[in-house]
Amino acid sequence: MFDSEYFNLGYLDTLSYRDTVIHRLDPRAKLIATVLFIVTVVSFPKYEIAGLLPFFLFPVLLFSLADVPVKFILKKVLLVSSFAVFIGIFNPVIDRRIVYSLLGVPVSGGWISFLSIMLKFFLTITSALLLIATTSFPGICHALQKLGMPEIFVSQLLFLYRYLFVLTEETMRIVRARDMRSFGNKGKGIKAFVHLAGTLFLRTVERAERIYQAMLSRGFAGRLHSVRSYRFSGADGVFVGATIAALYLFRAHDIVGAIGRFSMRVF
Amino acid sequence: MHMADALLSPAVGATFWAGTLGTIGYCARKLKENMDEKMVPLMGVLGAFIFAAQMINFTIPGTGSSGHLGGGMILAVILGPYAGFIVMASVLTIQAFFFADGGLLALGCNIWNLGIYPCFIAYPLIFKPLAGSGASPKRITIASLISGVVALQLGAFSVVIETLLSGRSELPFGTFVLMMQPVHLGIGIVEGFVTAGVINFVRASRPEILESASSARPLSGGISTGRVFVGLLIAAVLTGGALSWFASSNPDGLEWSIAKVFGKPELPEKETGIATALKSVQKRTAFLPDYDFKKHEGAGEGNRGTSWPAVQPGTSVSGIVGSALVLAAVLLIGLIIRALRRKSV
Repeated sequence: MFDSEYFNLGYLDTLSYRDTVIHRLDPRAKLIATVLFIVTVVSFPKYEIAGLLPFFLFPVLLFSLADVPVKFILKKVLLVSSFAVFIGIFNPVIDRRIVYSLLGVPVSGGWISFLSIMLKFFLTITSALLLIATTSFPGICHALQKLGMPEIFVSQLLFLYRYLFVLTEETMRIVRARDMRSFGNKGKGIKAFVHLAGTLFLRTVERAERIYQAMLSRGFAGRLHSVRSYRFSGADGVFVGATIAALYLFRAHDIVGAIGRFSMRVF
Repeated sequence: MHMADALLSPAVGATFWAGTLGTIGYCARKLKENMDEKMVPLMGVLGAFIFAAQMINFTIPGTGSSGHLGGGMILAVILGPYAGFIVMASVLTIQAFFFADGGLLALGCNIWNLGIYPCFIAYPLIFKPLAGSGASPKRITIASLISGVVALQLGAFSVVIETLLSGRSELPFGTFVLMMQPVHLGIGIVEGFVTAGVINFVRASRPEILESASSARPLSGGISTGRVFVGLLIAAVLTGGALSWFASSNPDGLEWSIAKVFGKPELPEKETGIATALKSVQKRTAFLPDYDFKKHEGAGEGNRGTSWPAVQPGTSVSGIVGSALVLAAVLLIGLIIRALRRKSV
């Protein structure tokens, strides 16, 4: 499990450095579009299902335009231990009012609100993962800073991200060593964990001191600088504008109903 | 217990984001005023440490299940509340992006639930007074245990409140609380022991590290109780604001859950301070325009269907046909773009 989590981290990072139409967009544009998308999806009332379906266009477009492996992301979405599923499953149990009859099969309000939660879960999680798969994390940090996030928090994020891979690799070795010396659950108790975490902590602090020395010798004076510059271009404006227009259209108008009625009239 | 986007309403999500962003800004200002620049790499690497340490599972005695570290308390104790909060927030941000824990809208709630309580309530109000300055291992253990439990109980209770205010779940308040609090009592005890273990381990082997960290950190715990209460008051007002906003703009969700939660006659018997506070919130919201409790009570259990738009067979069939067509069209667009890209590459 540890190895696969580490692999996922690295793989998402690699994906974000590809070069496609979507990857080339300014991180700010993608961040703003994703946040607006999530808020719009979540704003639908409890029993909405049909209205949510047009919103699948956004992840599908990103998947295909940015060439993100669909299977990898879907697997991650399905594997994510979700509080939403756990809490949502109570809806069908509690709310048993029959509100709908689908081809003679009665459907309760609880199942409808549960399905609505699942659709929202899928859309919001997928779009968050797509954001990171199409935008490098330093890019997102840059966008956050440009949008007014305090500098200390942004440099904290950059630092954490930089040393994440170093420390998880070290931890992976520690865990492997522990697992090889323990039989079943023996040796995996809290006491052993405390010693492992304590040792890891001491090493980390020593590492921080070395890093600080290295930074000082390279002229660190309390700020982190980035060489790469980003520019909010016309294409970014078009992307954000189109997203907003589509979100408004899908939220304010009953697209699904209109298409349904139209097709019924045609056939 | 990461809160999830799908259970949130925009108003609740935005309110907690506002609270979280305000706290990040406040901490950043505090740190900027008097921070040793040595802290920059230390905070960064300790964030990575917490992240990595969370990935080590350990077995919980007696249960056979496995748990992992949360980390909020360790950070608060070692770095102090301001830096500890910033580091915890950064860890949760990375998790939200890379592991999709909860989602981006819920991130505000998650930083609030797992960062504010350990750093600004459990640490200054419980850990500091209990552990004292001399700090024997025993006192540290007791202090971490109690503060770990309190922080997680508050966090779990926040999850309940956030979910209920959003009105996407049917779970009634009582059941939800009874489900969340005992589970997190266990998690809090484990977290307390682990926190105490790590701090005592570090203190025993390299005591100067904790001391140097505490001398480098600004205002070691110098948070005034008054300020904490003012903060909580603002949070309460914000939450109340979100509640009323939601209630007036989008009646179905909240009306339902609140009516279900407070409509129960057995609640008053086991009322605590929090329940009374909630009740007064309910009373206030009951006077809001378009907030029609009576209609529901009068309609009774069997007739709740009134809030659901009346279903006519014609529209429901066209709805299903439309849904299928939209999904097919979306998929088709994706496949066509993929095919075109393959060709051009």
